[in-house]
Amino acid sequence: MSRRASWAEAMNTGTFSLSTMAPAIPEIVLALLIFTLLIVDLTLRDDERHVTYWLAIVSLVGTAVLTLFTIGRPLVVTFQGMFVADLMSQVLKVATLLTVAATLVLGRPYLAARGLLTGEFICLALFGALGMMVMISAHHFITLYLGLELMALSQYALVSLQRDSVRATEAGMKYFVLGALSSGLLLYGLSMIYGATGSLELTRVAFAIEHGQAHQMLGVFGLVFVVSGIAFKLGAAPFHMWLPDVYHGAATPATILVGAAPKIAAFAFVMRLLANGLQGMSADWQQMLIVLAVASLAVGNIIAIAQTNIKRMLAYSTISHMGFLVLGIAAGTDNGYSSAMFYLLTYVLMTLGSFGMVLLLSRQGFEAENLDDFKGLNQKSKWYAFMMLILMFSLTGLPPTAGFFGKLAVLQAVWEVGYGWVVVYAVLMSVIGAFYYLRVVKLMYMDPPAGEVTVEPRADARWLLSGIALAVLVLGLLPSSLMELCVRAITASM
Amino acid sequence: MYQGYVLSLAIWVPIIFGVLVLMIGNDRNPAATRWAALVGSILGLIVCIPLWTAFQPTAQMQFVELHAWIPTFNVNYHLGVDGISMPLILLNSLMTVLVVIAHWEVITDKVGQYLAAFLIMSGLINGAFAALDAILFYVFFEAMLIPMFLIIGIWGGANRVYAAVKFFLYTLLGSLLMLAAFIYLYLQTNGSWEILDFHRVPLGETAQKLIFLAMFMSFAVKVPMWPVHTWLPDAHVEAPTGGSVILAAITLKIGGYGFLRFNMPIAPDAAHFFDTFMITLSLVAVIYIGLVALVQQDMKKLIAYSSISHMGFVTLGYFLFNADGMLGGLLQMVSHGFISAALFLCVGVLYDRMHSRQIADYGGVANKMPVFAAFLVFFAMANSGLPGTSGFVGEFMVIMGSIKVSFWYAFLAATTLITGAAYTLWMVKRVAYGEIANANVAALKDVNARELTFLAILAVLVLWMGLHPKAFSDVMNPTIQELLRHVAQSKLG
Repeated sequence: MSRRASWAEAMNTGTFSLSTMAPAIPEIVLALLIFTLLIVDLTLRDDERHVTYWLAIVSLVGTAVLTLFTIGRPLVVTFQGMFVADLMSQVLKVATLLTVAATLVLGRPYLAARGLLTGEFICLALFGALGMMVMISAHHFITLYLGLELMALSQYALVSLQRDSVRATEAGMKYFVLGALSSGLLLYGLSMIYGATGSLELTRVAFAIEHGQAHQMLGVFGLVFVVSGIAFKLGAAPFHMWLPDVYHGAATPATILVGAAPKIAAFAFVMRLLANGLQGMSADWQQMLIVLAVASLAVGNIIAIAQTNIKRMLAYSTISHMGFLVLGIAAGTDNGYSSAMFYLLTYVLMTLGSFGMVLLLSRQGFEAENLDDFKGLNQKSKWYAFMMLILMFSLTGLPPTAGFFGKLAVLQAVWEVGYGWVVVYAVLMSVIGAFYYLRVVKLMYMDPPAGEVTVEPRADARWLLSGIALAVLVLGLLPSSLMELCVRAITASM
Repeated sequence: MYQGYVLSLAIWVPIIFGVLVLMIGNDRNPAATRWAALVGSILGLIVCIPLWTAFQPTAQMQFVELHAWIPTFNVNYHLGVDGISMPLILLNSLMTVLVVIAHWEVITDKVGQYLAAFLIMSGLINGAFAALDAILFYVFFEAMLIPMFLIIGIWGGANRVYAAVKFFLYTLLGSLLMLAAFIYLYLQTNGSWEILDFHRVPLGETAQKLIFLAMFMSFAVKVPMWPVHTWLPDAHVEAPTGGSVILAAITLKIGGYGFLRFNMPIAPDAAHFFDTFMITLSLVAVIYIGLVALVQQDMKKLIAYSSISHMGFVTLGYFLFNADGMLGGLLQMVSHGFISAALFLCVGVLYDRMHSRQIADYGGVANKMPVFAAFLVFFAMANSGLPGTSGFVGEFMVIMGSIKVSFWYAFLAATTLITGAAYTLWMVKRVAYGEIANANVAALKDVNARELTFLAILAVLVLWMGLHPKAFSDVMNPTIQELLRHVAQSKLG
């Protein structure tokens, strides 16, 4: 059933019944689990905090499994057009939940050593995940915004949770102020689109635009604000200012919570708004996205070279990767969307892995966040140096890693719609970008170790990290199944 | 027999052994690692033998393997060889064995990683030569940067990191532009990555020129052609002996191979348009770099510059667009693989004993190492193109080819017979002959059995190719003829 047909049916079922709630069961279950967790956590003593942790992992993985069972169900629009469940949302939700769970596993030793493994941290992370799920399934401006704010507010709190760290507080403050500003921009833009089309509901908005019933001028005006808001959430230049400070200032697990899973939600957000809702204005937003991509590629790749802090370096690297992601969406074709989705999923894996390495090298009272802390890693641990090597070359986009096929897919999709010069530009920027990833490899393999480098976190974190890096390699050798999944997901949700 | 898998075996046997070596390798007990690597490299060579024995001297792609790899993108695991790529695969597999033998007592630090890097790279290079799918080729082509970067950067000389990064970024820039060209061709062929489809697709003039230049960037850096050669002396000098051997004997050949497989057949009109440009660059390399080689103080640098000069002959031969030139260029590639590898190994033999590459630190080596000196003189003669050695065949044919096009091309190219002899023999004279220069030289010991093995193998090959080049040219000729026919047709229509 197509999205439109399902939507029409949803609009006709005026009455509320249990069956209308069925598509949202994963969200409902997760919400209930979080509330239970909040209460359970109150009864625990400080040395029993691991119960909260395990309950959180079980909740996330359980919800992911639940969502997994819904994969393959046909597209459903429910709650009078507020909520959609399709293959894209199912895949992205599973990815989100697993990413958040992996973040908690990787971050646990770090958090425990710093007294941050509290009920608050875990619950906020879970609320963030819930917000992302709502965003991913939103089919209405209100739902989109609700999900976005639930996610964002949790993240503001997560970043500044490290109360006595000046840097974390500053980062949280910046994030909050700029985030609120961007939400304001977004709402302003959405209100104008509402004015232009007379609806907040994606299918009606799309219908109005396609049939020329929308006020053209007002719509484009609103679009500018919407795209700005999106660019802020993604961290695309020139709306990237918050990103390096937040990545740097937050405790590393919080950085991953901000840097990995929310990108999945932000992608879904862009897809819902631009591809599902405003496809009729694609000629307008395509131009804007190309500008964002071109700026992001330059800013991310060039400024990253000057960084000595690996978290800041990875933050700028994120900006450049968001440039690629935006480029895929800018193509405005199914091919482009599915390439962007593939890029996104591999990027999230790489982010988890590379920040996971930072966590791996950190220990009590020591943050391994300077590039120099990676010096001579090969002498200390051949295995983790190799894992980091895979991750770095994958971020560079070198075969045989997943990063290469992500880039290839996006570039191919962009050229298909006639932006050959952007492809050449992106390729040249990738060479500049290669330099700073290469520097990490150089530090690990070619420099003598500086000080003590020890690798001693918990076994589960080590296994997970190795698994992530190897997945990046395997996806580089056999990318076809994930690519096919992305293509199917995008076709199904259009 | 197992013809349907030969190429896959040639690619994956070394890689699997490389991974194995990486896993078992530790520095406390390197012997097992070394033997495993030797077994792996020899097996890798043995599985390649059918390529030589069962090869049909036609222009057809042979030993073809075709499986879907990424169906969404229409990328195939498509392998096959013709007369151009087959000899290069054999050369590569053989060099891997020699490199493993050569490292034996020399590398003691991180032996497992060192050998694994070589074995994995060997498989990747075979893959690049055998790939008939552009993405598959690109994957192998780029992936081999990683082990080479590590080999130079970890086991190299004093300035190794600079050299490694320079090597990496130079080659990456070129190959990413080539990737952009591939994407364009993919869209032009309506969704095929097959290199042979790229050969057939009609292209406009501007498109051809841009594609040619993008691929030129990629392959000219690899060859390396003047003026993008500057990474090579750095990389060579700082690389360990094995790294230099593989760089000179194999990775440079991928550049030459790329011109024949990609530039010329995909953009024939642009290739004709740029032929004078290419010939000029080649002649600059032959003459100017030859003179640069003359003044080098460092033996490895001298051989590195000599490599650039000899590779200038290769590209010169290709862009003459006649059978003599092209066949000569191809023969020169193979011959240069033998000779440059031999010379780098000779320098390695000296370096392992004296820990110096400076010519000035030597003198009168022949008095203490007569057997070694005999080999050194032999390879030096081959390098300067003495008839009867492999170095003569290619150079002679390229000069023959160029005289058909222009007397001056031939005249300028032939000056190498003088400069080449001058720099090589002058180095040999200063190193091997004369009085024993110092106490270190006086303490030298002649080559041992291990060193004798790899030098003798190369000497036999140099002689074989010099005395009986027909064995090689018969394999290459049908493909060359076919390529020339293809390139003569315009793709503009």
